[in-house]
Amino acid sequence: MSPVVLNLIETILNGLMAGVMYSLVALGFVLIFKASGIFNFAQGVMALFAALTLVGLQTGQVPFAHLINAVLGTNLHSFGWTLPAFAAVIGTLLVMVLFAYLFEALVLKHLVNQEPIILFMATIGLAYFLEGFGDLMWGSDVKTMDVGIPSGGSFWWEDVTLGWVAEGSDYYGMYIDRLDVVAAVVAVVLVIVLTIFSQYTRMGRALRAVADDHQAALSVGISLRTIWVVVWSIAGFVALVAGIMWGSKSGVQFSLSLIALKALPVLILGGFTSIPGAIVGGLIIGVGEKLAEIYVGPMVGGAVENWFAYVVALAFLLFRPQGLFGERIIERV
Amino acid sequence: MNAPVDSKSLRAAEQFQLSAHQDDIAKGDVLLKVENVSLSFGGVKAISDISFDVRKGEIRAIIGPNGAGKTSMLNVINGFYHPQIGTITYRGQPRHAMRSTEAARQGISRTFQNIALFKGMSTLDNIMTGRITLQKRNVFWQALWHGPAMREDIEHRRAVEHIIDFLEIQAIRHTPVGRLPYGLQKRVELGRALAAEPALLLLDEPMAGMNLEEKEDMSRFILDVNDQFGTTIALIEHDMGVVMDISDRVVVLDYGRKIGDGTPDEVSKNQDVIDAYLGVPHDE
Repeated sequence: MSPVVLNLIETILNGLMAGVMYSLVALGFVLIFKASGIFNFAQGVMALFAALTLVGLQTGQVPFAHLINAVLGTNLHSFGWTLPAFAAVIGTLLVMVLFAYLFEALVLKHLVNQEPIILFMATIGLAYFLEGFGDLMWGSDVKTMDVGIPSGGSFWWEDVTLGWVAEGSDYYGMYIDRLDVVAAVVAVVLVIVLTIFSQYTRMGRALRAVADDHQAALSVGISLRTIWVVVWSIAGFVALVAGIMWGSKSGVQFSLSLIALKALPVLILGGFTSIPGAIVGGLIIGVGEKLAEIYVGPMVGGAVENWFAYVVALAFLLFRPQGLFGERIIERV
Repeated sequence: MNAPVDSKSLRAAEQFQLSAHQDDIAKGDVLLKVENVSLSFGGVKAISDISFDVRKGEIRAIIGPNGAGKTSMLNVINGFYHPQIGTITYRGQPRHAMRSTEAARQGISRTFQNIALFKGMSTLDNIMTGRITLQKRNVFWQALWHGPAMREDIEHRRAVEHIIDFLEIQAIRHTPVGRLPYGLQKRVELGRALAAEPALLLLDEPMAGMNLEEKEDMSRFILDVNDQFGTTIALIEHDMGVVMDISDRVVVLDYGRKIGDGTPDEVSKNQDVIDAYLGVPHDE
């Protein structure tokens, strides 16, 4: 096989992997949007918060250490333990469920029957609150996350692909990050689990019912409050998964909250209401931007990757505003 | 859950009963009593000082001209509206107001004037949501999917098949209800309400917008539900012919007040009722 073809394959593969990472974030958006019609601006910050909490728990960091030290004049920083990754993940999950419960009780409960735009504004508020709260709780320094996910290029794959080219060429083999492969597997499992949950369980039916018609849902005895706590807990869980993947890849830092911006074109492409859409949209954006960077980039001076996704999203907004898999919006006049 | 349901159990449909909400109230005794209920929105009085009762096993109609407060009354009974004054006694338990989820759990289910189905879901899933209060396995078991929660789901699926059979909507089992014609949607909505095996079934204009044939079908279903399952029914209806035919007792509202109460015969001879329907000015 010629190195040109192999390069193309490598670009596509890496694009798919990058796309999976976008999809993980987009999934959280879709879940909340489907179940409550709220566009959750805070999804990216939730991923950041989950990642911060996970690292904090794992390394035995004292929460609010700066605040406590400043007020009491102590010098606390660490509990001096290191939790196994598994325990830290469970702990973080509990924190996210608690967060969902509090958000419902303190904010959503008081906004029942409000316009979607009001709820959207509430999530913007939540995003800023959570960012500040995360900072206060765990500190603003960049942290490394290590939950035992393998990372770095796969040498095995490099050797395999090296064998595909003719002897004596200057091809060095294909680079694939093992972390990205894990992320892809996790995303697939996550989608399967979420689909089964929403299609075949009572709670899943209740979620879909609430998304469809609040009043009818109440009349069959579904409690909106329970549903909202469940939905936000699931979104918190997905945020945790995204936080783990992104945190392991690029460190836990506050710019992590900006990954939400990359999820936007994915959502516009895939449709705000479709779980498979979030995945396919992510893959298309990932592959598209990598291909554009490698093959169009040199012609226009590079950095295509930074804006490509948004241009695709814009084109979609013009010609297919509901996205590839979204529900058709039909307004009757 | 799309698990297969064996045909033998379907043939035993005659023994199928809607009995999840059993109580020891004898047939003919008061199941629901509304006393001196008043409801207003800001300065607008929707209902003023209304009292009536619904007896177990009967079909009770609530009639009246547009804006008489019929739907408001239904909303008070199932907990969507909380009246400012008055008590509601359901199964001998007096309360000031119902909570809607609480009402559903206690066996009050309803349909809506402008169909409120889950449009994106199939007929089967819509009717399954009616059984949500009867399914007990918690989120943990459901998250596992396999095992107890799944077995429970299959059991409930069986009951839903009986209801689908009863309402003769087998053919549209898997159709998203948003695509169904109006008359069938009304029937699916009745199915969802029945799936909860209600002790008290509230129907808000079950025949509105239907043609004659559909009305006849719906009347037959309502009578059959009452007959076969002994379900108590309170319904709002505009079609006088239908009301007089199927209901045991009728309460008449006008401008939020009660102007008549009794058997269809009594009510149709009541001068106030005749006036209200013929539009006699109130100060005469």
